[in-house]
Amino acid sequence: MNACPERIVHFMHEYLDGEISREHELELKSHLQSCEACQAHMHELSDVVAFVKGAAHIEAPNDFNHSVIARLPKEKSSAGVSKWLRRHPVLAAAAMFLLLMSSALFTNFNDEQQFSFTKQENVLVEGETVIIPEGQVVKGDLVVRNGDVQIDGELDGNLTIINGTAYMASTANVTGTSEEINEVFDWLWFHIKDGAKNVVSFFEKEDK
Amino acid sequence: MDALVNKRIKQVLKGDKDAFAEIVDLYQHRLFQVCFRMLGNRHEAEDIAQEAFVRAFINIHTFDQKRKFSTWLYRIATNLCIDRIRKKKPDYYLDAEVRGTEGLDMYSQIAASDELPEEELMKLELQERIQYEISRLPDKYRSAIVLKYMEELSLQEISEILDLPLGTVKTRIHRGREALRKQLSRQPHI
Ligand SMILES: [Zn+2]
Repeated sequence: MNACPERIVHFMHEYLDGEISREHELELKSHLQSCEACQAHMHELSDVVAFVKGAAHIEAPNDFNHSVIARLPKEKSSAGVSKWLRRHPVLAAAAMFLLLMSSALFTNFNDEQQFSFTKQENVLVEGETVIIPEGQVVKGDLVVRNGDVQIDGELDGNLTIINGTAYMASTANVTGTSEEINEVFDWLWFHIKDGAKNVVSFFEKEDK
Repeated sequence: MDALVNKRIKQVLKGDKDAFAEIVDLYQHRLFQVCFRMLGNRHEAEDIAQEAFVRAFINIHTFDQKRKFSTWLYRIATNLCIDRIRKKKPDYYLDAEVRGTEGLDMYSQIAASDELPEEELMKLELQERIQYEISRLPDKYRSAIVLKYMEELSLQEISEILDLPLGTVKTRIHRGREALRKQLSRQPHI
């Protein structure tokens, strides 16, 4: 076999790949007729192919699909979380109850998407924007949910905006911290998962 | 099929997990099979195939819908399998590779070290024997052989899945066949 041209083995593989040219095929065939060693080689290769093709089809376990879905990351989008909340009405109700209990929020809403804000004197509301007019001073913290804040005057306290934006005029002044939380649903998800205790402590911290 | 899959992908992009579950149904057996053949262990195959779907879900926005979804999925899965295999490789295997002794001889030497004794080999059922021989192939050849003969994919698709030129895929399949031929000829025939 050592005397055989190397290309013969190469032609064998071309043949097995179904990509052999007419010319190569003729050369291969005439060589195989006169060379037992290469004939044996060709046979063994064909056996290999038959052997590997004899592998049974393997199926995924029955619970495979469920396990995949269970391993998917929890969505960042609010749509995913509200879907989850709909599927778990008891927990959702518990979460809502805790949200509503927190006096920091104006509690006239049924749905987590609604605009709400801390009741404070001296604030104006236009559409879904809470305005602290120029020259006015609001004492205490302000929390706005699913709406914007426009500060032309002064806020003597902390500002928290959940899913909204703060617009500060040049005359604006916030004495405390100012924070925008735009991933409230992630946050909610996290706290619901971690248990009601965390939700309570979050609000206790918020309320200070 | 592609139209249906692309429709489901659009739904997944909107956050619909049920649509993703349908995609999993369509491809789970193929993906699990590839992982099983690559890793040789149902438990690991399950873990890696699931991980492949999870990564597909997370990165679905990067999938180009003009291309074939199965190719993309296979690519994620084979990459994960190869990573897993490399992490399991004993050091001597890595050393051998670093020395540049790539090729059949080195591989058969290493394979010879965990070769089953003849009497054990005779006890294997055909299916066990097939998996045993496949598992003794170096991972480069194994992935090409598994995709070609067990998943029955075209050389072109394999080249896209493995992100290799067509010529390289052919070489790997040729070498894989030769390696199997040597493995089988050294041992009693079935
Ligand atoms: Zn010859």
